[in-house]
Amino acid sequence: MALKTEEMVLNMGPQHPSTHGVLRLELQIDGEIIIDVIPHIGYLHRCFEKHCEAMTYPQVIPYTDRMDYLASMYNEFGYALAMERLMKIEVPERVEYIRVIMGELQRIASHLVALGTYGADIGAFTPFLFCFRDRERILHLFEITCGARLLYNYIWIGGLSHDLHPDFIRLTKEFIKDFRPNVKELNELLSYNRIFIERTANVGVLPIETAINYGVSGPNLRASGMKWDLRKDDPYSVYHKFDYDIPIGKGEKGKTGDCWDRYYVRVLEMDESLKIIEQAIEQIPDGDVTSAIPKRVKPPEGQIYTRVENPRGELGYFIISDGSINPARVKVRAPSFVTMQVFPELCKGFMVADVVAILGSVDIVLGEIDR
Amino acid sequence: MKTAEEIFNTLKEKFGSSIVEFKADKPVEPFIIVNPLEVDKISLFLKDEKDLLFDSLMNLSGVDDANGIKEKDDKGLETIKGGTLSVYYHIESTKLRHKLTLKASTDREKPEVVTVTEVWKGADWHEREAYDMYGIIFLNHPDLRRILMPYDWEFGFPLRKDYKNPEFYQGMKVPY
Repeated sequence: MALKTEEMVLNMGPQHPSTHGVLRLELQIDGEIIIDVIPHIGYLHRCFEKHCEAMTYPQVIPYTDRMDYLASMYNEFGYALAMERLMKIEVPERVEYIRVIMGELQRIASHLVALGTYGADIGAFTPFLFCFRDRERILHLFEITCGARLLYNYIWIGGLSHDLHPDFIRLTKEFIKDFRPNVKELNELLSYNRIFIERTANVGVLPIETAINYGVSGPNLRASGMKWDLRKDDPYSVYHKFDYDIPIGKGEKGKTGDCWDRYYVRVLEMDESLKIIEQAIEQIPDGDVTSAIPKRVKPPEGQIYTRVENPRGELGYFIISDGSINPARVKVRAPSFVTMQVFPELCKGFMVADVVAILGSVDIVLGEIDR
Repeated sequence: MKTAEEIFNTLKEKFGSSIVEFKADKPVEPFIIVNPLEVDKISLFLKDEKDLLFDSLMNLSGVDDANGIKEKDDKGLETIKGGTLSVYYHIESTKLRHKLTLKASTDREKPEVVTVTEVWKGADWHEREAYDMYGIIFLNHPDLRRILMPYDWEFGFPLRKDYKNPEFYQGMKVPY
């Protein structure tokens, strides 16, 4: 007599350490094989977009910090850029340079969290501590600049809240000097670790056509082999003045677009960010960082969609102005929100244990998914 | 690479009255107004035509135009009757590197727009969000449920301009 079999539904989250926040995944499994995954989101919904409509334009900035709380600087950067384009404000060059430096430091800090926690998810705890040790130095740099470690309210429409601290340049140079060998160390410790490769290579492969059709962006898209980076492909700020590469996934340890590629693209990106910061602190001009800040932010009637390359991908702001001091509509196109949609596709056919490996590799932040 | 106006002319030729208007008078972005019940066909054409190739949906967002008749009740709370809700589509071609904005306006009392999930799969959650926040019904959508709000939320659509907070939610007083 044949044994009866049936599919099972397994609930993962919302309180689960490797969902990186409050995310519930409904796993439909056949034995250990994933048949389908249904993500349930919204546990962290704070009505960001509704709040914005009751705020004046500059008051929105602290709220943007709280979306992707691992990349707050970049959220502010994107919002300020959108408002400046809408109001046609010319920003002093020093401001642009400082924004780029802050943005790239933030990218490194964000990637360090992604890589460190990914290691911890897979079972390697030491890299996590190493990554957080280095991230702490970046947070210190932010702290001496604007007083806050995570939520900054630093990049304002038309300028910055403070100029750089007198020690900032020296400390950043020291950080770059110390950090380069640490990346090598991370590679020896985790990236080329046999056990880590076994868990991540050939797992959760994202083909390039699927990625584009779903609108996946940032490191996840580049890991699938597409050379697409908004810093080069839809240039903004002063990124065109620097010399850097766009690393892409090559399928070194398995297929192109697998978990290991998504992980390793981030490692390589940290190196490129260091290059940008190095060049920027060499070239940074003098000037006043508050001179272009408008006294009254009242943009003309109209609408704009502006996007920047956030550590997680394409962060877009769609702002509609009705000519008053409050925005009529602010919609945020959060990179993690879009990436999360493709997640069920990545998991199908893999084991339950791989769900954790795949989820860690796409690097989501629930704060911006739920907004 | 094509400008928005050239694309508008191509579309006008192909779809006629479904392409309503080209708007470029306001800053900063020009956009094309299309018929909400023909969006899927227009999108498919935009994606497949070999000199357009819009392969990626950057953003899709619902908007409350709040252009109906506004009435105030005795508590001073506003209700909007008539007018339109809109959906904005921001699309781009990663191969030909051009961008385009489409707008589809639909009746506020019976907001219906055809889904574009068949064309760009990434539209799925964006459309669910627009439904969740504005109550815009996306016809033929495979899975139109609430996404950010609780599944049992029955007090309306929060991002509409005339949304009112419920007094109680599951026995809890709102605002607390």
